[in-house]
Amino acid sequence: MIDINESVMQFLLAFIVVGPLVGAAAALLPAPPGLKGKSPEQAVLRHGVTVTGAVLIAAIVLTLGFDHDHPSKMQATTDISWIPALDVRIHLGTDGISLPLLVLTALLTFLCALYSYFKMPSGPTPKAFVALLLVLESGTLATFAVLDLLLFFLAFEMVLIPMYFLIARWGGEQRQAAAWKFILYTLLGSVVMLLGLLLIGIKAGTFDMVALATDNHPALTTSVQVIAVLAIGIGLAVKTPMWPLHSWLPDAHTAAPTVGSVLLAGVLLKMGTYGFVRILLPITPDGMSTFAPYLAAFAVVGIIYGSLACLALAKQGAKGDLKRLIAYSSVGHMGFVLLGIATMTPTGVNGALFANIAHGLITGLLFFLVGALKDRTGTSDLDTLAEETGAALYGKAPRLGGLLAFGAVASLGLPGLAGFWGEMLALFGAFDPADDLSRPAFLTFMAIAAFGTLLTAAYMLIVVRRVCMGATPQQEGPKLADVQTYEFAAWTPLVALTVVAGLWPKALLGLTDPAVQQLLAGGTR
Amino acid sequence: MSPLAQSLVQSVDWLAIAPPTIAAVVGLVVLVADLFVGDAKKALLGWVSVAGLAVSALALLPLLDGDRSTFCLTGDPDVCSYTADRFTLVIQLLVLGGALLAALLSVTALKDANRGLPEGEFWFLLLSSAAGAALLPASRDLATLIVALEVASLPAFALVGIKHGDRKSSEAALKFFLSSVTATAVSLMGISFVYASTGTLYLTEIATRIENVDGQLHTLAQAGVVLTLVGFAFKTAAVPFHFWVPDTYVGAPLPVAAYLSVVGKAVGFSGLILVTVIALPSYADVWGPALAALAALTMTIGNVGALRQQATRAYSAVRLLAWSSVGQAGYLLVPIAAAAYSEDAEKAIGSTLAYALMYAAVNLGAFAVAALVARTKPLNRVIDYRGLYASRPLAALVLGFFLLCLAGLPPGIIGLFAKVTVFSAAVDAGLGWLAVVMAVNVVIALFYYLQWTTLLFRAPEGEPETHRVPAPLTAAIALTAVLGIALSGAPQLVLRFSDTGLF
Repeated sequence: MIDINESVMQFLLAFIVVGPLVGAAAALLPAPPGLKGKSPEQAVLRHGVTVTGAVLIAAIVLTLGFDHDHPSKMQATTDISWIPALDVRIHLGTDGISLPLLVLTALLTFLCALYSYFKMPSGPTPKAFVALLLVLESGTLATFAVLDLLLFFLAFEMVLIPMYFLIARWGGEQRQAAAWKFILYTLLGSVVMLLGLLLIGIKAGTFDMVALATDNHPALTTSVQVIAVLAIGIGLAVKTPMWPLHSWLPDAHTAAPTVGSVLLAGVLLKMGTYGFVRILLPITPDGMSTFAPYLAAFAVVGIIYGSLACLALAKQGAKGDLKRLIAYSSVGHMGFVLLGIATMTPTGVNGALFANIAHGLITGLLFFLVGALKDRTGTSDLDTLAEETGAALYGKAPRLGGLLAFGAVASLGLPGLAGFWGEMLALFGAFDPADDLSRPAFLTFMAIAAFGTLLTAAYMLIVVRRVCMGATPQQEGPKLADVQTYEFAAWTPLVALTVVAGLWPKALLGLTDPAVQQLLAGGTR
Repeated sequence: MSPLAQSLVQSVDWLAIAPPTIAAVVGLVVLVADLFVGDAKKALLGWVSVAGLAVSALALLPLLDGDRSTFCLTGDPDVCSYTADRFTLVIQLLVLGGALLAALLSVTALKDANRGLPEGEFWFLLLSSAAGAALLPASRDLATLIVALEVASLPAFALVGIKHGDRKSSEAALKFFLSSVTATAVSLMGISFVYASTGTLYLTEIATRIENVDGQLHTLAQAGVVLTLVGFAFKTAAVPFHFWVPDTYVGAPLPVAAYLSVVGKAVGFSGLILVTVIALPSYADVWGPALAALAALTMTIGNVGALRQQATRAYSAVRLLAWSSVGQAGYLLVPIAAAAYSEDAEKAIGSTLAYALMYAAVNLGAFAVAALVARTKPLNRVIDYRGLYASRPLAALVLGFFLLCLAGLPPGIIGLFAKVTVFSAAVDAGLGWLAVVMAVNVVIALFYYLQWTTLLFRAPEGEPETHRVPAPLTAAIALTAVLGIALSGAPQLVLRFSDTGLF
């Protein structure tokens, strides 16, 4: 939109990746004179807000400087040799597929830092909290910005340690077990993924994603591709998570502190689906089309399974935890994303990428809201909250109730909000999958997935009924604080973007579509 | 000189053999000097030895310009007993650097022991063992190889048992000694078989002649190959020759355990590499699968052993490091096994070297921090590390970094890429199953490394007590930390060995 010098663009992208790391190191040092603030805790939390804010600004400027007429072209690219022995290059760049994810990550991390500034989760020192948050941000941003397979793996691994500590140190009940489950599952997945990446790199002689996507390497025979897709796919599917590899997710979400859940759902899960789109679709199309029906089948099972689990949790007397419920709903939503990818059509993949962003916005918002609710009432247990008739949030804290209802209907895919387009496009894609995929199979998947949207609507509405509605208690109980200013500040951007993306999907699709077309056409169009 | 004398008297390239020779000479000097130095000045011996190791490491510098060989056959100058090529230099750097760091740790340990350990003998033994270990990678005939192996091992037995009147120490030494001597004996028998079937001891000669072994002697040659490998597998502590490791490490003084974990392993796998890749490439179908199986077993049993350590047991930190070093030995064996299947054996071997260099730096670092903690908590249980961050934030951060390097996760970037080279050697050689076994092992290993790391940052129990850290210990920790961090920024420094010719 605005013309920015190419080297400035390069710097911006590099800053987005490296800046948080430097900030993390700085967070561990004592505050310099003049920036001491009221207390060391306050100073370091403010430091977190400043750094994530600077990264967000850089991401926004990057978006403004991005050449929106050529979103399929890699922009702001840097390409420096790092480890010649392994042929690892520091190759950064962004296109229409990764740019929205970069902005989403920067935004959500900033909102989390802002939220923590006012509402620090209970646990050990904020110093470590801020440092870990920043390392996490750097890792996720790097995942979306790098164009080298081994660097991608490095970035993928980089988020494990910070997220582990965020859950294990600042989490709720059962946090140790949940944190272990999270890190062991994902590590096992990503090590297997490494084997697949090495197989591709060694056979093709390069680890560069752009080079791999553009030329069809004769060495990548179908059998090599099949093995590679299997190995890489397992790693990515654990992260996404795809049913039946999802079982770490509900525990991790339930135990994680609010900002941990927001980032886990909003950003970390996207690393898995992004890998499918960025690596598997263009580099190993043959292997991918072998596995696409299975992927779609698992995705559809995930949709139904997630919805049924949510329905069971939402039932009266089930002692369902709201955080766990939203976590299971993520399994369902990510099922739609995987279904879209599995169709291997531009429509489906665009839908997947759209659903990715929408899920980040909406589920991020929902986790914020549930976290706030838990802080106020001391529980996120649905039965305790709702008691006999319902929690009556509309009556006790109307703004909080309203936002929760908004998040719920956005999540169930109400037309006009962000959740709608992604899922609809994914279903469209399944209606007419790529040529070499079996159409009847995908029609079946589409029908089942469409049924899944009904189930989603059902449990989301049950949640709204049980949490927001109900008889307002007559006697003066302990008062429930309504939405605070800082909470508004943290949540408004998410609400606004949900509406904008719902009403003006072209803003996003215009970016992703050309890039997707090019990826599916083998990098040359 | 008359032509006859010229053909009989070899010219010796003193520069090439300088690194092991300096270490040996300084060792002798220290032993003699011990007789004349008063009790008050015994610490001087330690510093002389540290300086000696530093000089012998520096003596590698002039050798960088190219390959040198000495002690060659007068009739055939291409067949030599001592070669200082790139492979030799890398291992010598590892051995001498590792010995130097272990020596820095020992300076403090000896001072703390307050004459409980005989200083002169200690330094003599350490330096002799280092000299033997430095000689080993350069040796190119089986006799020199075995002599070097014994020069490296015999002082090590004494070092393990050096704690006077300590039952555990003597028991550990005896265990170590008996099992090691058995292994060497088996190895010697293997060598005699190989010699019987080929008629030569020079590695390169064996390589050419063993292909044309008489059919009757074929079985003999094969048995010889397998038996020879046993001795070296023992030194690397490969399963099933690993059982001595935990008890020996616990019984030995901590710096000696650190020394064994790095230099002892280097001795083993460099011998393995020489015997397999240089002497017996034509028997790759024998030793390849054997080493692959050995690697898989070693890493699995080592990691499971480490996993089963109870944090509250006495000396569990050293035990854990001991078992984890067995697991790491498994990773080191993977590329050697891969060399059997790969077209470019040197590239695979280079992965082992790169991994070994990384492992040496961070493992010695972990031992250095363990030595620091052991000063206040002599039981050295894993649980004693709880809340280390509160009392010694830097030591805790550094130990966390070392452990994550060993686990191979960021921020330990060098650990991650070292594992990547090993994986890529396995994948390149088509050893997919071994790569998968290793992948599972990486996950198992993460569990105990991360468990330990987490403990460091827990809230401490009781008041943290701080003591002044002795300078040599600080130097050792700082040196390894700087190495680890520098390598994480520029992994190419060690990974380049996986990309260039070695021999």
